Amino acid sequence: MFAIPSPSLSLLPFMSTSDSPREQPVPTTLSYEQVQELGRELDEMRARTVAKLGSEDREYIYKIIKAQRGLEITGRALMYLPFLPPAWLAGVGALVLSKILDNMEIGHNVMHGQYDWMREPEFNSQVFEWDTVCPADQWKHSHNYMHHTFTNIVGKDRDIGYSLLRMDEGQKWNPYYLGNPVYAFFLMLLFEWGVMLHDLEIENVVKGKRKWHDVKPLLGGMWRKAGKQVLKDYLIFPALTGPFFASTVVGNVGANLIRNLWTYSIIFCGHFPTGVQTFTEDETSDESQGEWYVRQMLGSANIEGSPLFHIMSGNLSHQIEHHLFPDLPAHRYPELAPEVEALCEKYGLPYNSGGFFNQIGSVWGKIFKLALPNSLTGSKPTVGVIVERKKVAA
Amino acid sequence: MTLHQKSRRPRLPSTFSLLSLFEAMATPHALDRYLELVDPMTTVRDLRAEITAVHRSTRDTVTLTMRPTQQWRGFEAGQFVQVGVVIDGVRHTRCYSPSCSQYRDDGRIELTVKAHPEGLVSQHLHRNAREGLVVSLSQADGTFHIPRPRPAGVLLISGGSGITPVLSMLRTLLDEGYSGDLTFLHYAYTESDVSHRTQLDAIAAAHDNIRIVFAYTDQEQGGDLHGFFGAEHLRSAAPWYADAETYLCGPPGLMRGVENVYADLGLEDRLHLEEFAPPLAVVTGDVGGEVSFTESGKVGDNSGLTLLEQAEEAGLTPAYGCRMGICFTCTSVKTSGCTKNIKTGETDSEPDKKIQLCVSVPVGDVAIEI
Repeated sequence: MFAIPSPSLSLLPFMSTSDSPREQPVPTTLSYEQVQELGRELDEMRARTVAKLGSEDREYIYKIIKAQRGLEITGRALMYLPFLPPAWLAGVGALVLSKILDNMEIGHNVMHGQYDWMREPEFNSQVFEWDTVCPADQWKHSHNYMHHTFTNIVGKDRDIGYSLLRMDEGQKWNPYYLGNPVYAFFLMLLFEWGVMLHDLEIENVVKGKRKWHDVKPLLGGMWRKAGKQVLKDYLIFPALTGPFFASTVVGNVGANLIRNLWTYSIIFCGHFPTGVQTFTEDETSDESQGEWYVRQMLGSANIEGSPLFHIMSGNLSHQIEHHLFPDLPAHRYPELAPEVEALCEKYGLPYNSGGFFNQIGSVWGKIFKLALPNSLTGSKPTVGVIVERKKVAA
Repeated sequence: MTLHQKSRRPRLPSTFSLLSLFEAMATPHALDRYLELVDPMTTVRDLRAEITAVHRSTRDTVTLTMRPTQQWRGFEAGQFVQVGVVIDGVRHTRCYSPSCSQYRDDGRIELTVKAHPEGLVSQHLHRNAREGLVVSLSQADGTFHIPRPRPAGVLLISGGSGITPVLSMLRTLLDEGYSGDLTFLHYAYTESDVSHRTQLDAIAAAHDNIRIVFAYTDQEQGGDLHGFFGAEHLRSAAPWYADAETYLCGPPGLMRGVENVYADLGLEDRLHLEEFAPPLAVVTGDVGGEVSFTESGKVGDNSGLTLLEQAEEAGLTPAYGCRMGICFTCTSVKTSGCTKNIKTGETDSEPDKKIQLCVSVPVGDVAIEI
């Protein structure tokens, strides 16, 4: 809680930590009333979409499921043809696509509750499991709850750096971070394992903030889930291809690896490109729904691309829309995007969007830059958007 | 509650190891998630049924014959099943009692569905049920059935769509060659509202010990009795009622009428009934009603707070996360009652529905499975 002596309203900068390509020379100021009005408009947008949900959305997700299952079966079958390199490579490719669809457009979105309204047991967020080593329940805690509630709040949103990297100037530098790009590279290769370990909060265990008995049940869940995944990909399917055991293992390792590379890249483009803002706990205490919306918009970034690109990214290329409406079916985000962008324009807010190579380049740039202390990189925090908040009593 | 969770492992000793290999290959998804894409009726775990015949016997009822998948474990006459159909992309499940004998040769079940004016599922089935439609099905459940050995005398009383479980009892007793006294007393508005009338007439004609009595509440001619149930109806339909067991299913008015008469006669022990809860009217206005948490057995007055807060006030510790409706950690099953989503303003009175506790407030009586 913080006291500000202004007569009725307090001015609080939502700090921007780096130069934005679309930064206005004069910072935008949103009045308290404007923020409330913006919140109402977004609530209405959400209600309009909810009213439309029906057979079309059901057919869409079943179509994706069919494609994913078809690709998976094709991929597994082509592993029997390692003596025909193009066929084997196509098999790896099919498996990559299958795993990407499973993890992103299906798994991530179903576990957000986006299809709970269908009341279909296999598409319910409470019971769904995905084709990766991280158990669904642990991911829903670290992602749906921690990340989506405390988005971009330094010290609370553990997606900032995944307790491994320095991704924001607000994170205090120390010499460990000289290895930032190296850690990021290994996190990219082993991303599914990093996601699996995320909910352990290892850094808090090391610091003694988290007790062993809190962590133990999580380890049991990981052992069971990852065990099944490893058994399937690295033992059962290879064994079923008999003499081609080794080539099938290589193919499956490759598919998991490429999937990791892709999911890491898409996810890092969601919150770390240049221009994305971070927040402090003080700034965001006792937020209204409208203020929460504004934080989601300022803290997320989109990737531009073709419809196929959006599907293969689980529509996380529409990260801004996803963070505003995490439980709306993701294939609706493209139709919402122009409306959200228009709202941003109306209120003078940045709408951070760029091509894939632009965004991922800017992410890697930040990873390299933040390996060094702020004093060496010479950047200084600049104010992007000022949000006037209602006076908070001391 | 989901239907598919209810199905148990089928007994497949010879193929068990092969099945577990296939399941390991399909992990983390269930094998049925692959099989259903080829044929929805080929499942290893999930219980479903295919509609094989559709017959509309009155203007507002439809009788469906269904072939369940291999997981089906049969039913006892009087029990109910849950049937799930997709309407506008949403799967809706409702309870129906089979109306056929539990000994049907072909293992199929027959359901008679009355299209209620407000009934989403019954209206949908009445209009759209067709041969080949695959629905989800639960195993049979419910304690409303006739014990063994069968009683010496049986009186079956039904009204309207309550005919189905008692008709199943009648047909089952017939298949067993039941030789005791049996009366089937059925209430309908008029003659044309009676489903299965021709079959019932045929049964009465073929069996000396069986009496079918039709009582019409809105029709003064024809049939056997007129008006509402009372002690005279009972005496006229089954003079031996005091020595028999009575099985009753029908609308609330009939249920109350029969219960009162049996209470007056001191025969409560001989009356067995099945109550289908009528759809709850959406209550608006002031905060009221009771909130019951069924798993923990706690009940409290509705304080108007969210269900998560009310559960916590009752000393429970349901899992939660964001407390603003985004993370779905607190999702729980609302077994009955009406709730309002404070985010969307929508009210919901469907039973057995998963709701988010942190953004739901009860409107009147609500039961939550925590």
